[in-house]
Order: sequence, then structure tokens, then C-alpha cells
Amino acid sequence: MTIHFHNARLICPETGTDAPGSLTVDAGSILARDADAPEGATVIDCNGACLAPGIVDWGVKIGEPGERHKESFRSAGLAAAAGGVTTIIARPDTAPAIDTPETLEFVTRRAAESVVRIRHMAALTKSRAGREMTEIGFLLDAGAIAFSDVFHVATDTKALGRALTYARSLGALVVGHPQEPGLSAGAATTSGKFASLRGLPGVSPIAERMGLERDLALVEMTGVTWHADQITTARSLPALARAKADGLDVTAGISIHHLTLNEFDVGDYRTFFKLTPPLRSEEDRLAMVQAVAEGVIDVIGSFHTPADEESKRLPFEEAASGAVGLQTLLPAALRLYHADAIDLPVLWRALSLNPARRLGLLQGRLTPGAPADLVLFDPDAPFVLDRFALRSKSKNTPFDGARMEGKVLATWVAGTRVFAAE
Amino acid sequence: MTFRARHLLGIEPLAPQEITSVLDLADRYVDLNRRTVKSSDALAGMTQINMFFENSTRTQASFELAGKRLGADVMNMSVAQSSVKKGETLIDTALTLNAMHPDLLVVRHPSSGAVNLLASKVNCAVLNAGDGRHEHPTQALLDALTIRRAKGRIQRLTVAICGDIAHSRVARSNLILLGKMENRIRLIAPPTLMPAGVGEFGCELYDDMREGLKGADVVMMLRLQKERMDGGFIPSEREYYHRFGLDAEKLSHAKPDAIVMHPGPMNRGVEIDGEIADDINRSVIQEQVEMGVAVRMACMDLLARNLRAERGRRAVESYV
Repeated sequence: MTIHFHNARLICPETGTDAPGSLTVDAGSILARDADAPEGATVIDCNGACLAPGIVDWGVKIGEPGERHKESFRSAGLAAAAGGVTTIIARPDTAPAIDTPETLEFVTRRAAESVVRIRHMAALTKSRAGREMTEIGFLLDAGAIAFSDVFHVATDTKALGRALTYARSLGALVVGHPQEPGLSAGAATTSGKFASLRGLPGVSPIAERMGLERDLALVEMTGVTWHADQITTARSLPALARAKADGLDVTAGISIHHLTLNEFDVGDYRTFFKLTPPLRSEEDRLAMVQAVAEGVIDVIGSFHTPADEESKRLPFEEAASGAVGLQTLLPAALRLYHADAIDLPVLWRALSLNPARRLGLLQGRLTPGAPADLVLFDPDAPFVLDRFALRSKSKNTPFDGARMEGKVLATWVAGTRVFAAE
Repeated sequence: MTFRARHLLGIEPLAPQEITSVLDLADRYVDLNRRTVKSSDALAGMTQINMFFENSTRTQASFELAGKRLGADVMNMSVAQSSVKKGETLIDTALTLNAMHPDLLVVRHPSSGAVNLLASKVNCAVLNAGDGRHEHPTQALLDALTIRRAKGRIQRLTVAICGDIAHSRVARSNLILLGKMENRIRLIAPPTLMPAGVGEFGCELYDDMREGLKGADVVMMLRLQKERMDGGFIPSEREYYHRFGLDAEKLSHAKPDAIVMHPGPMNRGVEIDGEIADDINRSVIQEQVEMGVAVRMACMDLLARNLRAERGRRAVESYV
């Protein structure tokens, strides 16, 4: 089927342009840009709304296997489509962890229930325990797109070094979580005025830099291709910039929550704001926004982490960590655009093009031949978020009741519409 | 009398006039408590439940006595060794109690913020008797009453708080209260026991006790928990006593009429010299215990008045 998007505002992260135009899509791929509508094509009048490559959300937790009551592939897919996310890169921190080709095959089969594309990361070490490496070769053959122990930080540096060396020999991409676990153990917030005021155990922001420095030294030692899942403090940035300047094959991401919220948003012990790593100071937040604008931080993701009401309705220290984000990533990211901090092509580079490139995917482009994974959105449409209107099974969003701007009008995956606003 | 709060969760939400109201009423209860017949009917017919998720003898006894003197039916639940061990969540425990229609719920919990969470789920007045490292409001109020009675005012004083400030909810509530009442606050502790970012609270920080005590009107000592003594936060008990224990020599740097306070229970010879603690000219530690009962009576009385007023309003609204 041929679709011609007419009268659109095309957001192209590859060329860095934000301009009126049209886009023609055929057989699941982009056929042409700014061409006339081919005969027999379905013409969609975009009325000047933004048409951009679909978001590639790197680091999404889905509750299969083990916690399907929190999120299934089906519900995650629906939430993603409604949020303009067309590719989910799923995390292996399930129960059990995705650490064998068999569990990877299971989730790959189950993921067929999703309306958006899903690719899976596998664990780097068995049970994500940081001791013995997984069957990295078999897992690559079974379709693992990257390897990560998610939030578990290996303390056995020798074992981690071996896993990284082995991964390098197979050209596998490894995702790390920079953190010094000795410092962050038991912490629920970032140490500082707010943590002291609320009497909560805090972790010094320097723990992230310590973890990053160690991991970067291991990357230098092993030569592995490496991505830091989240860099959230200003003090980590010089180390990251230095590693990139030294030619290490390193990239870094950040969650949208760390770009739009700070530690004071926790307020009166609101557990929906309890995240891993914890929310940072306003100074750190501003530094990270700038780092994204300058390209020091490559990727923005939602780090979608579904949690049920029971695990959040507890005293702050005991409550589960994490927030859902598939459906709120786009309007939250648009806060940066409306604040004149980052323009749309640069924002889409971090949301779509950079993660796709890093993962070896063709998404994130509007050029002919690229997959027709697209999101049509009105960047200015205001709304108040109601968490019970989210399509995720879990409703733990920090944006409940928040005023947001930016509504997804429709989403296409491989030229097929998977979501349309009512 | 100004006191609008529905719950007493901390000092932070209170206005200075509300603090003064509590202290004024508590003064009257001090007089009542010194009579032979100590009963009042302020809480007659009301039910008070003391729910302590953390073991406590002194605070629980003080709240129990306060409730009984005001004529309430008081029930103690030692939750530390009951249903919570069987996996019941805090919210379920709260809802279970709520169904029994208590009027006042006194709660102590080891997690910061747990009492706030509980207060949002019940429809009675909740008093925080200490939550984690967060707040212990009745302790700060009884300290304020003790200071006001000893010094004649609770403004423009230099107050030194000394000891394990990082882990102390008593220190947190006190520095908020004393700040609201416009006093000069000094925090004295080894850097390992000083909370991060506390300099932004408008306090002066010292790690030399003699410097910190210079010219102080009030010296507030804090208890050092046993588990923090060996090597983790401080090198040893004896080195701590040498540098931060209050003895006559160190106290001589404070004003000659400075009073010495301690929330109890004391570790004699660790944070305070036994003779100082017993010196009736300097130590007001026994008065603090006495003021504790009166302050808790005042808090519960004021909360009960607001509760009755609110229920009255609701009854009128449903009638209209």
C-alpha cells in the first residue's frame, strides 16, 4: 500500500532539518521525500503537524517472563504506539533474566503480540549476577541486540573484564550502568539538602563518576563497544567527553525523567518519583540538558519500568524504584523543545536516530529506503495527564496530573497505522 | 489560640504562631500535672491508639500517660512483633485500625515518611512519634518548652546541637523549630555524622566542640547509637568522648548560665559526663521528661479540637 503524507512539518534528525514537506511511503519503506503523490496512493493531509521517525526507546522493562501483571508485550506495544515509540529495545531484567538462548527465543515469540517492533537485550552474565558470562555467541545468533546486566553492577572486575573481552571478540555491544555499588547501597535519593531534609538515605552524585571511570578503564583495556545506560550528573561528563575524544567506542544515554525533573519533585515522599538512579539536583539537570544539546549524551530513553500499586504504596525507602514512560516520553521530551533548550531535529537525533545507529538499525531516518516507522504529532496541543488513561498495565508515572504539551496523532510501523488519536 | 493542623507529622508544616499555641497550652498542662488530681476531660470518650513499629519505652509511656490524663481510652499496639512480621503492609495495618474508629493515632516507624503515608489513608488525627531520620515533632516541642521555661524566651538564643546529627530525627525537628523561632543554631559533630547539604539550612557547622560551644545559651546533646561506635562512623567510643563528649571543661566555653539538654536515653561517659547530666544547676534533662507529658497533652488536645470542629462542620453540611 502506498501512502502520501501531504502538508507535513518534516522533522529529519539526519539532515537536522525542520521544514514543511511531504513524504511518500510504499511497501513498508519510505519511497520519496517532497515528491508528488503517486497514482492510487492514500493521501493523508497532515495539516502542518510534525511527521518524524518513530522513537527507538532503548531500555524498556516488560514484565515477561515473570511479571506479566505489571506489563505484557501486548500492553507495552499499545502504550508505545500511543506514545510514538515504534521500536522497543527491551531489558533482560525479567524473572528469570534473559540469559539463555531458550529464554530469548521465548520472549521473541511472545513479542509477536506487540503492535510495535521489539528487539531484546540479553544479560551479559548469568542471572545478571556479574560472575559467569552468558552464551554471548548463541544469544547473538538468537537475535540479542545488546548485552546488559541492567542495574546490577558487577563488583568482580576480573570476571567483568573477561566478559567484555569475550563480547568484543564477537563484536557485541555491551550496555553498562555506571555506579559505584559500595556507595549507592541502600540509597533512595541523591545526598544533599533534600535528602537531609526528608531524612532519606542518599548516594553522593560522585558514585556515578566513580563507576563510569572504572567502566571506561575496562573499555580501554578490552576494546569493547560500550554504551552507558544513563549518565545523570554533571561531574560524569568530563570523563565521558574525554573517553570519546580518546577514540574509545563509547556512547551514553539518559532517561527523560532526569532531563525534566529534579530531586525536589519527590516532595512529600511521592514514590512515583523514586527512580534508579535517583533524581538529581537542578544544576545537574540543566547540565544534562546541555549535554544532550551538544551531543555528549547520545540517547534519550524512557527507562520504562512498570511497578504495581502495592510495590509503590510503601514508605519511600521500601518502595519499588522506576516509572513507566513509553507513552509520556514524547510529550515530556517536548518540554525541552518548548523551553527552547533543544530543537526538534536534535531532540529526534537522541530519541530515534542515535539509538538506531548505535544498535545497527535502519530506523531514525526519513530518507528513501528507510523503514516507514513514523509518528505524526501536534507539538503544541496541551493536555493534563491522567495516569489511569495510560495504556500500560502499570500506572506509575511521575507526570500524573501534569500539564503537558504535545499529542501523538498517529503512529505507523512499516507503513501500517498502529495508533490513531480519537 | 492558633492551631490549624489536622495532623502533627512534623515541625516543618507548622507556623511560628502554631508552635507558640502548643507551648502556651502545654504550660497550663504542666500546672495540672503537678496537682494531685491530674485528670482532665479534654479527650473524654475519644480513642487513642499508640502504634509503635519501633521499640520505645519512654515515648510510648509519655504518650500513654498524656492520653489517660486527658480522659481518652488508650490502647497500645506493639506492631514491632505482630502482623507486620506476617507480611501485612503498613497501609493494610492502617486501614484495619481505621475501621475501629480511633480519634488519635500515635505512630512511630523506622522509615522516613511512613507516618505521612499512613496519615493519608486514615480519617483520624495522626501524631508522628518519630519516623526514621525524618522528624520527631513532640520532642522538639518539649525541648522548646523546656528552653522557654528556663530562659524566659524561645527567640534570639544561641543553641548548640551536638552529636550524631546525620541519623537524628530529634536534631532535624529541633533545627527546624529553632530556625522558625529565629534562633542562632550551631551544629557540632564529626564530619561523618553531619548530614550532607545541612549548611544550606542556615546553621553554623563546627567539628571543634570548644569553638562551637563558645557563647551558647543552650547545649543540646544527642544520643550516639551503639552500632555506630566501632569504626564505621567514628574510630572509637573513647576518642568520641574525648573530642565530642560534654564534660565540665568543654561546657566552660558556653555561657555561664547555659543549660544542658539530652533527649534520652543517655550514654553516660560516651556523649555526656555523668556529673554534668546530674548537675541540677545546669542539666534540665529531668524537666524535659516532665515537659514531654505536658506537650503531648497539648498537642492531642489541639488536634482533638480541630477534629471535633471538622466533624461538626461535616455534620452541618450533611444536615443542610
